[in-house]
Parts: sequence; C-alpha cells; structure tokens
Amino acid sequence: MAANEYIIRQISVFSENRPGRLAAIAHALEEERVNIFAFSIAEASGFGVVRALVDHPARAHERLTKDGFNVAFTDVIAVRMRDEPGGLYEVARLLGEAGINIEYSYAYSGPDGAVLILRVDRPEAAIAAITAAGKELIPSSAFA
Amino acid sequence: MRPADLEALQLRRLRETLERVGNVPFYRELLAREGIRPGDIRTLDDVRKLPFTEKQDLRDGYPFGFFAVPRAQVVRIHTTSGTTGKPTVVGYTAGDLDHWSDLIARNMTMVGLTADDVFQNSVNYGMFTGGLGFHYGAEKIGMTTVPAGTGNTRRQIEMIDDFGVTALHCTPSYAMHLAEVAEEMGSDLPSLRVGMFGAEPWSDATRAELQDRLGVAAFDSYGLSELYGPGVAFECQEQDGLHIWHDSYLVEIVDPATGEPLGPGERGELVVTPLVKEAMPLIRYRTGDITMLLEDDCPCGRTRRVARFSGRVDDMLIIRGINVFPSQIEHVLMALPEVGDQFMVYVDRDEHHLDEMTIEVEIKRQFFSGELADLARLQAKIVRALRDALELRTHVRLVEPGSLPRFEGKARRVVDRRGCL
Ligand SMILES: [Zn+2]
Repeated sequence: MAANEYIIRQISVFSENRPGRLAAIAHALEEERVNIFAFSIAEASGFGVVRALVDHPARAHERLTKDGFNVAFTDVIAVRMRDEPGGLYEVARLLGEAGINIEYSYAYSGPDGAVLILRVDRPEAAIAAITAAGKELIPSSAFA
Repeated sequence: MRPADLEALQLRRLRETLERVGNVPFYRELLAREGIRPGDIRTLDDVRKLPFTEKQDLRDGYPFGFFAVPRAQVVRIHTTSGTTGKPTVVGYTAGDLDHWSDLIARNMTMVGLTADDVFQNSVNYGMFTGGLGFHYGAEKIGMTTVPAGTGNTRRQIEMIDDFGVTALHCTPSYAMHLAEVAEEMGSDLPSLRVGMFGAEPWSDATRAELQDRLGVAAFDSYGLSELYGPGVAFECQEQDGLHIWHDSYLVEIVDPATGEPLGPGERGELVVTPLVKEAMPLIRYRTGDITMLLEDDCPCGRTRRVARFSGRVDDMLIIRGINVFPSQIEHVLMALPEVGDQFMVYVDRDEHHLDEMTIEVEIKRQFFSGELADLARLQAKIVRALRDALELRTHVRLVEPGSLPRFEGKARRVVDRRGCL
C-alpha cells in the first residue's frame, strides 16, 4: 500500500469563540448524517479551529461551506495504539527518534481500540517510521 | 475660460452671493456684527474677511431659517441625516435644480458617459440628495436612467444584466456588496463599464478591487447636501484627484484647529462658498471633510483639483494622543490580500484609563489553511502593519467570513465606547 493511502483528510473549521458555533457545526453534520469519530478544539485569542475526523469528509466540507463556515482539509495520520498506559508514549518516542515533529495530536477510543490522530511536519516519513516499527496505521479508506 | 476671466466671474458671483445672504437674518446679523459690507470684497482673497458658517448654525436655523427666497420659490427640500439632534434642511429654487443637475451632467460627461449609456442609480432616493441629484443629472444628458434605489441586491444584479446597464452610481461599500452577490450568482456583469462611487471615503485599494471585481473604471464623487448634494467635486478619467467646478464653488483649505488658510499640498478642512445657490446661499461653509489642493495641473487640462478625501474632521479619533483616521486603517487592511472587504473599529478605555483600539477583520476563505498557527501568524502580521502605519499598537480580532455588518448607505465602522463607562 502506498504511503498516501494512510493520509487522512481532517476537516478544519475556523470558528470564533462565541456561543453556539460548535453546536451549529455539530448540528449541520448530524443533518448530513456525517459521523464524527473524533474532534478537538484549538483556541487562540478570540478565535479557534475546530478539527474533526469524520466518515464523509467531502460531504461535511460541502455542507459547512454552504452554511457559511470557513472550512479546509488538513492532512493527518491515524495510528492504532495499545489502549493501556504507555501507548501514547510509544508512538511519540518513535516519531521523536525519527526526527519528525508533531504539530498536534488528539485521540479517540472506539470499538476497535484507541486511535491516535497526528498532524506531523513530514507525513510520508512518519508513515514509513510507524510502519517500520510494526505499528498499525488506519487507511484513509476508513474515512470516506 | 482664461484664469483671469474665471476669477472675475468668481468675484462677481461672490458679491451676488453676499447680496443674497442679506435676506437671511442669521447672515444679516452676523455681517453687521463683523462690520462687513458687500463693498468690502474687492478681490477673491477678501473672502477671508468673512466669517465661517458651521453645520451647527444650519441646525439652529431649522427648518427654514437659511432660506434667502420666499418659501413659494422653493420647489424642493432635502434634509441631511442628523446623527445628533435635528436634521439640516436644504431648499432649492427651480434655478438651483437646474444648476445642480447641470453640474452632475458635466461630471458624468467628464467620465465619458453619453445619451447612449444605461445608468443604474443604486442609492437611496428620498431625502438623501444622491438619489434625485444623480437621477436628474443623468436624464439631462439623456441617459436611460434606472432609479434602482438600495436593497434587493439580487434584483439589482438582474436589472444590470437584463437592461445592459453600463454605468452605476452607489456607495463604495454597497458596490463591494454588489460585487460579492454578483459573484455568488455567477454573473460577471459584462455590460458595466463605469462606476461612480461616493457618500463615504474610499481608498485606492478599494478602487483597484472594485474595478477588478465589477469590471468598471471607478470614479470618486464628492458632495454634500448643504452645497446641493453630489456633484461638488468629481474625478476625471485620469483618476487622480477630484475637479471642482470653480465657476460654481469658491474653495479654500483651512487648518481645522485655527481656521487659518493652507496652501497647495497642505492637508486640512475643505471650506466652500457656493457661488450660484439661490434658495440657500452660504458663506465659507465648513464641510468637515479633509483634503488638500493638489499642486500640479491635471493632464486633462481642467481646473485645479483637490486630493481624494481622507476622512472627516469629526471622524478623527484621538487614541492615546495620536490622530487616527478610519481611512488610514482601511488603507492598511486593503493592502493585505488575506483580509476581507469589511472591518469594524472599536475604541474602549481600559481600567487604567488608557485608550484601546480593537479592529475586527474577516479573513478571506481561500487564505484559511486549517491551521491555528497560520491564523495567529496572520493576526500578528495585521497588528504589525497597523502599527507601522498608525504608530499605534492595536488589538486585531479575526472573525468568520461574512460575519461583519455590510453597510448600504453610509458605513459606520467605528464604535467609540469611551464615553459609556
Ligand atoms: Zn483631470
């Protein structure tokens, strides 16, 4: 499988820090029957970015844009972790040793175990390092 | 007309104006108090012996105190929007309406419009002078005139396309809104070629954007109701400064603080003595608008120009002792490609009694990368650009595209909250 099979499109939504914006995003996605696997909110002074991993990124992008939101796709990768203490450390150390910088990460825990979502500066190198260490990456086909 | 002939005409009309204001009790008393008689005005420079007329004087004369003719000779009334207190009433004789529409017709001819053009007038009709003023000027040329007014923007765009409108008059902020909606509707307004924008100051960056998005040559129009309305000053095809019709208006630039005259190249307040007004003649009217006389002659060969207007004497914000014009802020923002067309300025006083200026800007959709770090970098870049231009530290808030107010008519982008603690 080629490296880009593991590059997943995260939905990133620009949002002001004011009441109701997150609810509006969630409601729009619900109406589109888009399932949210995971999300995180990153905040600065007065504004933030809502990041979400969803099962139908294209549909989510279209609907949120139609609703007036400023939406972009961001490339991330997703690694299956051991759902026990030390699971996160293992992946972080692996990437650190390969000289790959983690810009941000968040995780979710599903029926198939815990998944770590990573935004890294060099996704191809990260995919190579993770695969070489025998860890399992979630293919992008799981999110389309 | 040779300069000497123009000056002789101006002097004759100035004296006639002085005779006419003798019918207005305010001026009769004012000139008597100052000991000035019409015979004292021997040269054009003698105009400086005359006192100024302020906006407040006109308000005090509400409603008809400044009429110099019997009311039966007044055929129309306009008012100016009063932000504080009563509006100001402006009256016109039949002769005034003829002069006024003639000035507008001259301006529209200057930018190349003829009876072959189709003209859409997308400003407020009614009491605002921009509606009927442009309307009659356009009809005088023989243009096919569409009195569109404001609002229902999608219908406005349909009319431009269906009627083959070639020339548009509106405020620059409404023009920006029209451009946005036209783009949403997928029309690039192929028939439009001339845009005339006025009633609020706008920057050269806005001009570049309007020309690009609407496919027009964009011309600046200046006027105020007290001086008839639009048509006092207008850009020619050089798009570099506004021509004033000196046979109809005597122009001075003064220091707003001292009232002392300023020379070409010195920025100050425009003071105008209209020379042909009948119903409501005025002496040295302080417009409150900031501009300067340009030193060089226009390549088009017409008479002396003023620079594009750079704000109002009373819009000038004093932030921590520094003079700031909202037009300067607009200028900075429009030069940044990542920033949208709209902005708002809030001025507050913090707990240490220091002035704080917060500027809200929309980022353009295509510049959102999805990364918070990029947004923070952009925010810092805007703060830096504003600091360099204003010599002032400001707060910048990035807001979602489409979330700032769109203005139809005069834009109110500055909210000064220092008074309301
Ligand atoms: Zn010219």
